[in-house]
Amino acid sequence: MISTATLLAIVLAPLAGAILAGLLGRKIGRTGAHSVTILGVGIACILSIRVLYQLVWGGAPAYNQDIYTWFQIGGIGANVGFLVDRLSAMMMVVVTFVSLMVHVYTVGYMADDDGYQRFFSYIALFTFFMLMLVMSNNFLQLFFGWEGVGLVSYLLIGFWFKKPSASYAGMKAFIVNRVGDLGFVLGIAAALHFLGSLDYSTAFAHAPSLTGQTVEVIGGHPWSAATLICILLFIGAMGKSAQVPLHVWLPDSMEGPTPISALIHAATMVTAGVFMVARMSPLFELSGTALSVVMVTGATGAFFLGLIGITQFDIKRVIAYSTLSQLGYMMAALGASAYAAGIFHLMTHAFFKALLFLGAGSVIMAMHHEQDMRHMGGLRRYMPITYATMWIGSLALCGIPPFAGFYSKDAIIEAVGASHVWGAGYAYWCVLLGVFVTATYTFRMMHLTFHGAPRFRVDPHAGHGHDGHAEPGVLAHAPHETPWVVTVPLVLLAIPSLAIGYFAARPLLYGGFFGSAISVLPAHDVLAGMAAEFHGPLALAVHSLATTPFWLAIAGIALTSYIYLLKPTLAGTISKALGPLYRIVDHKFYFDELYTALFARGSVALGKALWKGADAGAIDGLVVNGSASLVGRIARRARTLQSGYLYHYAFAMIVGLILLLAGFVLVPHA
Amino acid sequence: MISLAHFIVLGAVLFCIAVAGIFINRKNVIVLLMAIELMLLAVNTNFIAFSRFFGDVSGQVFVFFILTVAAAESAIGLAILTLLFRNRRTINVAEFDDLRG
Repeated sequence: MISTATLLAIVLAPLAGAILAGLLGRKIGRTGAHSVTILGVGIACILSIRVLYQLVWGGAPAYNQDIYTWFQIGGIGANVGFLVDRLSAMMMVVVTFVSLMVHVYTVGYMADDDGYQRFFSYIALFTFFMLMLVMSNNFLQLFFGWEGVGLVSYLLIGFWFKKPSASYAGMKAFIVNRVGDLGFVLGIAAALHFLGSLDYSTAFAHAPSLTGQTVEVIGGHPWSAATLICILLFIGAMGKSAQVPLHVWLPDSMEGPTPISALIHAATMVTAGVFMVARMSPLFELSGTALSVVMVTGATGAFFLGLIGITQFDIKRVIAYSTLSQLGYMMAALGASAYAAGIFHLMTHAFFKALLFLGAGSVIMAMHHEQDMRHMGGLRRYMPITYATMWIGSLALCGIPPFAGFYSKDAIIEAVGASHVWGAGYAYWCVLLGVFVTATYTFRMMHLTFHGAPRFRVDPHAGHGHDGHAEPGVLAHAPHETPWVVTVPLVLLAIPSLAIGYFAARPLLYGGFFGSAISVLPAHDVLAGMAAEFHGPLALAVHSLATTPFWLAIAGIALTSYIYLLKPTLAGTISKALGPLYRIVDHKFYFDELYTALFARGSVALGKALWKGADAGAIDGLVVNGSASLVGRIARRARTLQSGYLYHYAFAMIVGLILLLAGFVLVPHA
Repeated sequence: MISLAHFIVLGAVLFCIAVAGIFINRKNVIVLLMAIELMLLAVNTNFIAFSRFFGDVSGQVFVFFILTVAAAESAIGLAILTLLFRNRRTINVAEFDDLRG
């Protein structure tokens, strides 16, 4: 049995750490701040692993209980409660483990930052919100966690708030997420309206009653209620999980410190949307339209956003576009009803993408906060541990067997190929070609960073990198391997990146691991069909050597190796030869330009019009100052009546009296 | 024979003289006070006339009250007037226009 106390401890330990580090940061100092938060997250991690162990091997039943009633209005209860089944337990382990690694890593990465305690407080707080999100047993608490992680994400992207680009990126992330969250709130409201409960189990039990129900959002066009709910919820997922067209905030979020790029913007928060859709599988299964939307959106991102990664020179941005692409893969899997494959990829991706980000952070530290890959090169000699672990992460990302990413990505590609929902053909091509794109940008990054000749100079007289570069590519001293607090998390993350796929593929994909946590209609169940062809992870790895995705990945690796190792000038030639095509991709398909022109300029123009017209003109000019000046003008006339002479007043009284009497006499009484 | 109408006409004439005194007089505050007294007396005349002709004593009782109040009023009025003169060195009504808007 899973006890309530354990679950409360998992949630509250990081929160306690966050509060201590945040409010008493000055008193307990740097060591105190990282000790309490690492302790809190460590407790949460160990207990989460224990809970997962109890569920999977200990035969404990899933925990589903309300702990506290916030309010009860009519039949609607807002409760704080936990639903811990294998799906949420797995997420808890992933979240707390990656969070713990990032906490340890941060000790090294932020070592000489002024906001040390603040940073630890934020990331521990993030862990709390993320746990509330995944452990929730109702829509409202899900939304609480959802907004909480969004808030911490905003705070951390703008962590270096003195840098204008960082605070701008924070605001951008927050505002783009508002768009998604509006859809999400509407989705929750629609679910409450049609299903009558905020509680998952009650709501899902009523889900079959949605079939055939329609709702007229626009008069005369009846929409299926299930489709409406799912699409609205998915809009929320699009914002949080950075799907096209709400993806624009994620690359800019790289302005934040690298540890949070790894924790929030790669491993955990951005996968909240994937988790949410998988959690809502009983609803999504009812709507083929919604599944199509999910799949096509995801697959589009998987291919086209990956392309952008090939043109970037900022090492973190390459990985950010890779994250967008991989999130697209997860969504495509969900659209194919292969929820288990999506969650599987979520897990493997959390490990290898956190590894890649932390590795990139390690490189950035060694380069004295230089992120431009054009000034790197040849780093493999200087930092062997980072180099080796980055290789593992890259191979896992490209889906080379038997690394973790291979099993999850292969399952996704096959599932999308086997799916029959509308748009599956298009999605299949996207995810298939996405493999080539993935391999290309990954190894372009690896070659530019670690291989070839160094493109930086070491000049002892140069200013130290932390104060900003006088000249890019000039280092005060040679790059060196980062301290153990940085490399140990890298190694610990490299282990699951290497092996988790091999061990988890069978139970997660075909072994009914998630049980009743995920429900799939038999007609949609593509994984069941694939199970027949599955003969163990080793056989799959061997078999894959003869499949298209594998050779696409190899082709990508070979192509980039040829270009960047043998003919470095070729890259420029190719980009010139492709001309307009390259420009479109390099400008990220002009999404930012479009949004800036349409929404940013539009709202600024609207704001200006409202300011000048409505506020200054109508409200200030007409209503406030207008009424005052009207009173003034009337009073200026009226005051001339007040002559100050007593006999004038007396005269007025007499005249009034005469008028009154005349009225009495002349007007006949009724 | 003197009838009720004679008394009422007398009262009206007295009242009109008082009103004219207030309006026509532009010089002297004391005349103003006297005019107000005259107005009250006009009212008193009416009261007594009605009281006598209708055989109701309460009218005469009212007159006593009014006379008392009038005495008090003129005492206060004169006191204010004295102060006014002390401050302004004049009792010219046309110069008292502090309340002009």
